[in-house]
Amino acid sequence: MPPRVVVTGIGIISSIGQNIPETLQSLKSSKSGIGPITNLNTIHKGTIPVAEIKLSDEELAELAGFTDKDYLTRTSLLGIIAAKEAFNSAGLEIESTYQGVKTGIVSATTVGGMDKTENYYYDFLSNNKYTHYVYTHDCGHSTEKIAELFGIKDYMTTVSTACSSSANAIMFATRLIKNGIVDRVIAGGTDALSKFTLNGFNTLKILDSNPCQPFDNNRMGLNLGEGAGYLILESEEIARKNKSKILCEVSGYANTNDAYHQTASSPDGFGAYLAMKQAIEISGIHAEDIDYINAHGTGTDNNDLTEGIAIEKIFAPAVPKVSSTKPFTGHTLAAAGSIEAIFSVLAIANRMVFPNLNFKEKIGELSFEPVRNLIENIEINHALSNSFGFGGNDTSLILSKY
Amino acid sequence: MEAYIKGIGNISPQRTFDNSTFLEEIIESARPFMTCIEPNYKEFIEPIQLRRMGRILKMGVTASRICLKDAGIELPDAIIAGTGLGLLQDTEKFLTSMLNNDEKFLNPTSFIQSTHNTVGAHIAVMLKCNKYNYTFVHSNISFESAILDSLMQLKENPDSNILLGGLDEMTDQHYQITERAGFWEKSQNAISKGKGHSKIIPGEGASFFVLSKKQSKTNYARFSGVNTFYKPENTNEIINRINKFLESNNLSVNDIDLILLGQQDQFGDEIFNGVREKLFQESIQTWYKHLCGEYNTSTAFASWLAANILKRQVIPEIIKMKKQNKKIPLKNILIYNHFRNIYHSLILLSAC
Repeated sequence: MPPRVVVTGIGIISSIGQNIPETLQSLKSSKSGIGPITNLNTIHKGTIPVAEIKLSDEELAELAGFTDKDYLTRTSLLGIIAAKEAFNSAGLEIESTYQGVKTGIVSATTVGGMDKTENYYYDFLSNNKYTHYVYTHDCGHSTEKIAELFGIKDYMTTVSTACSSSANAIMFATRLIKNGIVDRVIAGGTDALSKFTLNGFNTLKILDSNPCQPFDNNRMGLNLGEGAGYLILESEEIARKNKSKILCEVSGYANTNDAYHQTASSPDGFGAYLAMKQAIEISGIHAEDIDYINAHGTGTDNNDLTEGIAIEKIFAPAVPKVSSTKPFTGHTLAAAGSIEAIFSVLAIANRMVFPNLNFKEKIGELSFEPVRNLIENIEINHALSNSFGFGGNDTSLILSKY
Repeated sequence: MEAYIKGIGNISPQRTFDNSTFLEEIIESARPFMTCIEPNYKEFIEPIQLRRMGRILKMGVTASRICLKDAGIELPDAIIAGTGLGLLQDTEKFLTSMLNNDEKFLNPTSFIQSTHNTVGAHIAVMLKCNKYNYTFVHSNISFESAILDSLMQLKENPDSNILLGGLDEMTDQHYQITERAGFWEKSQNAISKGKGHSKIIPGEGASFFVLSKKQSKTNYARFSGVNTFYKPENTNEIINRINKFLESNNLSVNDIDLILLGQQDQFGDEIFNGVREKLFQESIQTWYKHLCGEYNTSTAFASWLAANILKRQVIPEIIKMKKQNKKIPLKNILIYNHFRNIYHSLILLSAC
């Protein structure tokens, strides 16, 4: 029997908080991180809202315990900050990662060091002023910085499957433990806002010029965000042996492909349907056992309708509580899957369902509406977290009460 | 964990896209970097689609088609890719036009294609493949991560066929940037200073494999193990890790009939030479980067090479480091690669 995989630590940074307590407070008090651009140097300042972390790179470096002389990208800094909190919350001292427990890292990013590359690209081509940042462009760079900081030697890799990247990092990490490759993995993702992605999504005409309204009949698109989220995953045996506090279990996971279009989902959300269905099968539960769905719910016309149809196909008429938390954090791309998996961990641990902000009117084609207000004192045994991305990459995770 | 190689498709700086031949004519490495010999894409992809596709996307999709055909598989159960830089040309195109036009008048196509998972996703759309689809993007260990995932997939779902690929492209602009940054200077542990050229020759390629658990006479070889490690402290650690890796596969250095090294020229460096001399005196010593150049997923080319050697039981003269007699039959090939002593990888291929 492959071992059960449990979550023993979590760490997060996003526009709604620099750590878990701040984040939970924002989630409970419906405090959104979406607003006008202040940090990013772009012509879209004043027109496109984003969910920025209101700290400069220098301030982030300080928070991470580095200086600007360490030449770290914003993506790496966000990753380090969230990873540190995850390690601390699991009660892991840096040295203990060596002590007989095979430890790995699986991280995710879409842009890597693009936040520096896009600023220094002409310098890269013509002079040697910013050569350091040529080397920090690779997607693996932030992963390596975290691995070096915590002395992780036994396994390392980086995943990039667009907006489902860090959900896939969690899935792959879980499978590494189940297959006995390692016993403990820090898994998650990190992405900084960049002009590259902002302009990319803008050319696709799917950015809302107001705070996004997932699952609303009048939704106008998504808001981009930035952040990082990491989870410490361990085999049940190691967690129990070390008397770690077990926050929940990663009981189900599935990765499928919609195989329809590079950027649009199929009309019936077939890939999303398959991902949810297979994740439920893997976890050995039934659809009616799911108490909460943290939806991908970007706020685009296409995603919310097709995700909704796929949810109905599995759960109707008894659709569980559904909310998209993207009106809090924006769409944090490669970090979204792990940030939202952490929200599900928090929902289970704190017995609450976080609201789907900005919702007013149900989508005509759907039978259900998302959760409007915070629900407290609710038993959540199984939470389903959806993450879908460009290229039809659909991933569903199930986090269960341990 | 092991997986039989049922089919291959390889586009590289050698004429490798035709599986009926095996390095019959050698194309010598060219400076500043090696580029792929590309097939006539119209034979593989609809012209209307071709127009919008970036070069590495065409290479990847075509190599995957050749590979699936070779394996006699129409629909794989998983598509798993490794790429260091993904669709580099499209990334540069979108970035440059954004910078040159002050964030105005942008075309979404190059942005859409710039995401690292584009090749795997494109193959899924073309095949209508709703199955597992993954892309690993960690520099010089991207392909190795994809192999490990493939092996785990086959352990979890023994009846499946996996489409595994490693791919990267080189562009003029990327060469200009990386060259300026000193990326292609030979590292300090290279002992070839004064011998040969001081610059590494970059390359590119797209290599695909269909893997399954089913034995068949037409299989090429099998992947029987993969391991990666990062920034080892010294040569001893490297040697220990190689020994441990072989042990975990119930082998020792004596079982390695042929070692395929990822050194960047015929002189090697302290690490490659140390490993070769301390562990593999008895093995046939070979290298491959003069055929494909240095790139993040060059071990995918090396795996293609090793699979062909094991199936055909032929060692091309061009890869031999010295005159050595062939051990018959060749059973085990170990690929050992490192880049700047940062990323190290071991891939074990065995005869069927």
